Amino acid sequence: MENSKILLKMQGIVKRFGKVAALSGVNLEVREGEVHALVGENGAGKSTLMNVLSGIYPYGSYEGDIIFDGEKCAFKGIKDSERKGIVIIHQELALVPFLSIAENMFLGNERTQKFSGKVMDWPRTYQRARELLDLVGLDEDPRTLVKDLGVGKQQLVEIAKAISKNVRLLILDEPTASLNEVDSKKLLDLIARFRDQGMTSIIISHKLNEISYIANSITVIRDGATIETLDNQGHDVPESRIISGMVGRALTDRFPKRTTKPSDEVLMEVRGWTVMNPLVPGRKACDGINVKIRRGEVVGMSGLMGAGRTEFARSVFGRSYGNFVSGQIFLKGREVELRNVGECIQNGVAYVTEDRKGDGLVLMDSIVDNTTLARLSRVSSHGILDKDKELNDATVLKEDLNTKCTSVRQEVGALSGGNQQKVLLAKWIYAQPDVLILDEPTRGIDVGAKYEIYCLINKLVEQGKGVMMISSELPEILGMCDRIYVVNEGRIVAEMPREKASQESIMSAIMNSNAPAAKSAQEAHANA
Amino acid sequence: MQTHKAKQMNQILDMFKRNSLLIALVVVMVLFEIAIRATGHGSMFAPQNFTNIISQNSYVIILAVGMLFCIIGCGNIDLSVGSIVCLVGAIAGVLMVNLEINIYLSTAICLLVGIAIGAWHGFWIAYVRIPSFIVTLAGMMLFRGVALLVLNGLTISPFPPEYLHYFTSFLPAKRADAFAVTMVVTLVLCAAYIAAIIWSRASKIRKGYEVDPMGAFAFKAAIVVAVLIASGYLLGSNKGIPVILILLVVIVAAFSFIANQTTTGRRLYALGGNEKAAKLSGVNTNRLLFLAYVNMGFLAAVAALVCVARFNSAAPTAGNGYELDAIGACFIGGASAYGGVGTVGGAVIGAVFMGVLNNGMSILGIDANWQRTVKGLVLLIAVVIDVLSKKRAR
Repeated sequence: MENSKILLKMQGIVKRFGKVAALSGVNLEVREGEVHALVGENGAGKSTLMNVLSGIYPYGSYEGDIIFDGEKCAFKGIKDSERKGIVIIHQELALVPFLSIAENMFLGNERTQKFSGKVMDWPRTYQRARELLDLVGLDEDPRTLVKDLGVGKQQLVEIAKAISKNVRLLILDEPTASLNEVDSKKLLDLIARFRDQGMTSIIISHKLNEISYIANSITVIRDGATIETLDNQGHDVPESRIISGMVGRALTDRFPKRTTKPSDEVLMEVRGWTVMNPLVPGRKACDGINVKIRRGEVVGMSGLMGAGRTEFARSVFGRSYGNFVSGQIFLKGREVELRNVGECIQNGVAYVTEDRKGDGLVLMDSIVDNTTLARLSRVSSHGILDKDKELNDATVLKEDLNTKCTSVRQEVGALSGGNQQKVLLAKWIYAQPDVLILDEPTRGIDVGAKYEIYCLINKLVEQGKGVMMISSELPEILGMCDRIYVVNEGRIVAEMPREKASQESIMSAIMNSNAPAAKSAQEAHANA
Repeated sequence: MQTHKAKQMNQILDMFKRNSLLIALVVVMVLFEIAIRATGHGSMFAPQNFTNIISQNSYVIILAVGMLFCIIGCGNIDLSVGSIVCLVGAIAGVLMVNLEINIYLSTAICLLVGIAIGAWHGFWIAYVRIPSFIVTLAGMMLFRGVALLVLNGLTISPFPPEYLHYFTSFLPAKRADAFAVTMVVTLVLCAAYIAAIIWSRASKIRKGYEVDPMGAFAFKAAIVVAVLIASGYLLGSNKGIPVILILLVVIVAAFSFIANQTTTGRRLYALGGNEKAAKLSGVNTNRLLFLAYVNMGFLAAVAALVCVARFNSAAPTAGNGYELDAIGACFIGGASAYGGVGTVGGAVIGAVFMGVLNNGMSILGIDANWQRTVKGLVLLIAVVIDVLSKKRAR
């Protein structure tokens, strides 16, 4: 591998937006047939670099050279780079939900009849799609609409689409950001398989364990410049080594320590919580879930994507999901009915969504407006707002959380992911809850911002609040939680204190609970 | 480092940007004035014409305010308002003219009918979740049909003078006092305005908040006072203050207050900006959406009452195309077609903009077909400029 030739060389890339240099001299060398990881904090310039490479920022709008396959390139647009075999798969998938897998796969590159380039050749389209799906190991009918696929399968469709274009260099931007551990592993193994067949890829990811697992080389970018390229042929570069390159200092402990212990007082208890899936008749999204959250405790909820964690949290939070069947909620020992979000907020329960852009924040509104939205009663009397108090309170919270912005009047949509997450948390802290349910609180944000959010969670429980943390990242669950519930298929399959929990014990709890279900499904199949 | 001068320059540019619509309105007015004077058609700012512009556009302003709340709340429009204006007008005609029922009772019934129609739309849109475009398109046909049934295809007139008095008269009643009274009222308003902004500025400084630089502050105040005095002078030189203007000011002020200073307004903006986020923040989104349409029905009924008084008749063709004037006013005034963005002030300026275009072109004797063409282009250009300027800002 050492001697294999260099497929891509980017030299001294400088890209300016106005007076601000997003990239100030980046060098990148990718050898043929390797998986090259690009890491760096949010805003370090990874995406900008990939946009330069794929021609989204056309030749002439940046300085420096791109040499691909020994040839100097001057891409005018994304079509030019695709013609060379450079294909980028963005973090936000670019599939059309109401078209089929096959239609999506050949969008803009349709299989057409021989007599005319405008008339579709459907049999050939479906046949070719079938072959490509087999290649990526996706067992779905090419006629299935993309909207009916999960995110993991959609990701595979994107990859199949890229392969259909005779890809030579595949760029994956955060491919596993919205995948669970099992799907992530599958995807990474697929990339590894393609590598063994000679394909070259660049992978951008925040998940360092995945990077050390798959990458052959790791280039670290910080503040728009290349810091170093690490050789990871032996998959032996420690995560701490990568982190210190990314943040420019050694982050000795990724999870800050708490000074307090949880008390025995139960703040919130949910008993026998059962909710039906609103889309699939007869299917339970939550099946008799019992949980307790104590004062001063961080309770983890671990499980695969679609295990029913978010569904549980949302249905508890004012029945915002699914069709309620049965279950009781006790707050500080008193049974309450929380029939809508308003009642939850009144009773001191907050839910911080996993999807901050989709259903957490009003992106076009200011930080102030977002901060107070869940508890406008604190800044109004008789329905009339006290805007001075509002501005003041939002500013105090902004300082507390160290949110980086030009002013609290700034549009939330203009902030970075980590700062948006802080605004979202500020909003729910402002609602003065006793219990906070945090759904994937650090999804898609960089290491530094993650650390700040962990500190904030610690501060909240030290103040005597109870926190339930739902997360797909096992290290985070293990590093932050006092007690962990493991969820699978809508049921709690294990509960373990921090001392007894490990990645292996959690995964095996999930797998063991899967086995009987899979068996009974097989039996049902056989009987039918 | 930015020099002091460059910073000031930026602030001035920023102020122009924020008030670009107002500046465009002034430019259009000046251009019309030049054209009208050059062709010897008199002046746009003749006292009589100034009063006319106000009464001609009163209904558009009222409808635009209601429409704006629908647009902010869900990024969607109410196509039925023209038909509601016609139907409520027809009912007013039947009650007051044919049945000779007391005008106050009749007015109350008309407003209730408007609210009921709004509730009908709101129910389907907010609770059954039928797209508002479809519900109000159906309403447009449905209520026009009902109006024709009520009118039996005929025009009802004339309305009782007692009723007309409330919408078409002027204050003060005596023509001789008009100028003096109007100017006194104007000066009182100016004094109140200046006192209010100075008080607000002082309280902001006291609490340590950022305020506009003194120059910009004084400049803005001077312009508002000048416009107020000029308007007062023109009105006073004619017949005094039209009653309809007082109604308009009350409506605009009330709804501006609701939009900016109340929790209801804040929640409406949040609903339009991101409905799911609003819902997960405890906002009763269905009820808010319902209320936006009830309010639209109510204001459409008010506009209907204004219209029948102005034309002194309830006709089968009344209200034709009013919905489009109102929608156009909102979009020219900077509202976003996706919801969550827009101001009452903007919608009012948008309505005045359209009104000035109508009025100026009419005075110049431009053919009605051309007038329509120009209005269509202006609507598109206004929105294009808005979209482009926002793009550049990013």
